[in-house]
Amino acid sequence: MIYLDHAATTPLDKEVLNEMLPFFSEDFGNANSQHTYGQKAASAVIKAREEIAGCINAKPSEIYFTSGGTEADNWALKGVALAHKDKGRHIITSKIEHSAIYASCKQLETLGFEVTYLDVDSEGFVSSDTLKNAIKDDTILVSIMFANNEIGTIEPIKELCAVAHERGVLFHTDAVQAAGSLKLDVKDLGVDLMSISSHKFYGPKGVGALYIRNGVKIEKLISGGEQERSKRGGTTNVPGVVGMAKALVKACAQIDENAKYVSSLRDRFVSAVESKIEMIKYNGPRHDRLPNNASFSFRFIEGESILFSLDLRGVCASSGSACSSGSLEPSRTLMAIGVPVGTAHGTIRFSFGKHNTVEEVDKTVEILADEVNRLRQMSPLFKQDKEKKEYV
Amino acid sequence: MYNEKVINEFRNPRNVGEIENYDAIGTVGNEVCGDIMQITLKIEDGIIKDAKFKTFGCTAAVASSSMATSMIIGKTIEEAKKITNSDVIEALGGLPAQKIHCSVLAEEAIGLAIEDYEKKKAENK
Repeated sequence: MIYLDHAATTPLDKEVLNEMLPFFSEDFGNANSQHTYGQKAASAVIKAREEIAGCINAKPSEIYFTSGGTEADNWALKGVALAHKDKGRHIITSKIEHSAIYASCKQLETLGFEVTYLDVDSEGFVSSDTLKNAIKDDTILVSIMFANNEIGTIEPIKELCAVAHERGVLFHTDAVQAAGSLKLDVKDLGVDLMSISSHKFYGPKGVGALYIRNGVKIEKLISGGEQERSKRGGTTNVPGVVGMAKALVKACAQIDENAKYVSSLRDRFVSAVESKIEMIKYNGPRHDRLPNNASFSFRFIEGESILFSLDLRGVCASSGSACSSGSLEPSRTLMAIGVPVGTAHGTIRFSFGKHNTVEEVDKTVEILADEVNRLRQMSPLFKQDKEKKEYV
Repeated sequence: MYNEKVINEFRNPRNVGEIENYDAIGTVGNEVCGDIMQITLKIEDGIIKDAKFKTFGCTAAVASSSMATSMIIGKTIEEAKKITNSDVIEALGGLPAQKIHCSVLAEEAIGLAIEDYEKKKAENK
């Protein structure tokens, strides 16, 4: 099997697994217990918090463990909204956010908050001017993703954050796709809150973190015990946070060489696909893009049948639109960058990882060209003799 | 997600294409919805001699098109009219719930093709 869906999840690194294993069995203690077992777990959690803080240039007291990226995003939005509701009720985000942000915003709208969804350009970039014009006197939070999960666009977060801060507005970034692939320095960026998720960088699933700058007021989302400085209840997932820390430290130590290797695979793939397959659209930018991401729309054919054809031949990728999950709504991101609905239906995302090889890339291109051709022969929309430019 | 029968119809679809000088054509769906099915028929003495399809759509849409066209070849028009999407699903050994509408498209495309044939026949009388 050739796995090209690293944006969905990554395989757990073996070294990370070994680091985690003792905390499932012999070192099983609850990190809040006062006895020896508890203290051993607590030390591991302290170390993990320090390591993660070190990777993003934060203080350990600014790292809050969560059950993953979705919880971190939910908490950032709802927690800040509730803590600042007396100051204002306006929130700004973009049209291409992950559903964890989008759905949280939709819920906040039902609770009396007003949300502005910023337009992006044809490559998915949010501009400073667009943000500047959207900020109002009652704006309390701006949330813009660090990098887009479907088309890989890396947003100018430092610049956008500065725009928000000029007006005294807090800034959150969903860095779930970026963490482990790109250098993240919260002090340099200036962000007030940032979400990350462990399983995107070869760590375990079910664990993530929210960076909350010291001094930022936030309501808790999960009430319970005194964990996470009383801001997030629930017994700490000790093996999880140990694994996340190990995975992030490892990813950060190899960040340049991994980015270089993974982007070389991606670039090889993109140029081969563009030379071998006609009537396609490459979605997203060619610069300021996640090193692992490639997104193509194949005209005249439908994404689910492409994905399934690839899967039957041992290639695992992802649909660019939500059609494959049973909904016929095309992706919000593809709509926001202006991809026509019909074209959006034939979109596939390929996301590469550190274990992929050149041979796998070449094999995938061969299978893809073959399957796209096979499906096009069946399509009533495909007419060989028509002009290429008409359809992209 | 899909059973072996569906996978086989998708991998090795029968009756792909468009009949030259067809006697009837039926097209349903649109690109925005993500499904288009076109069925062409060759009809002689009230019997469907050949049926071919072209489909833009998911795995289930292709498998349904293949199965539905195979089911009507050799049938009389009256018999073909009676074939429903449930018959197509049954022949495929079942479809996931969210893919049922794909089999409805096959039934509709056949229905439209037969309507087209009967309309042309009436006009020629």
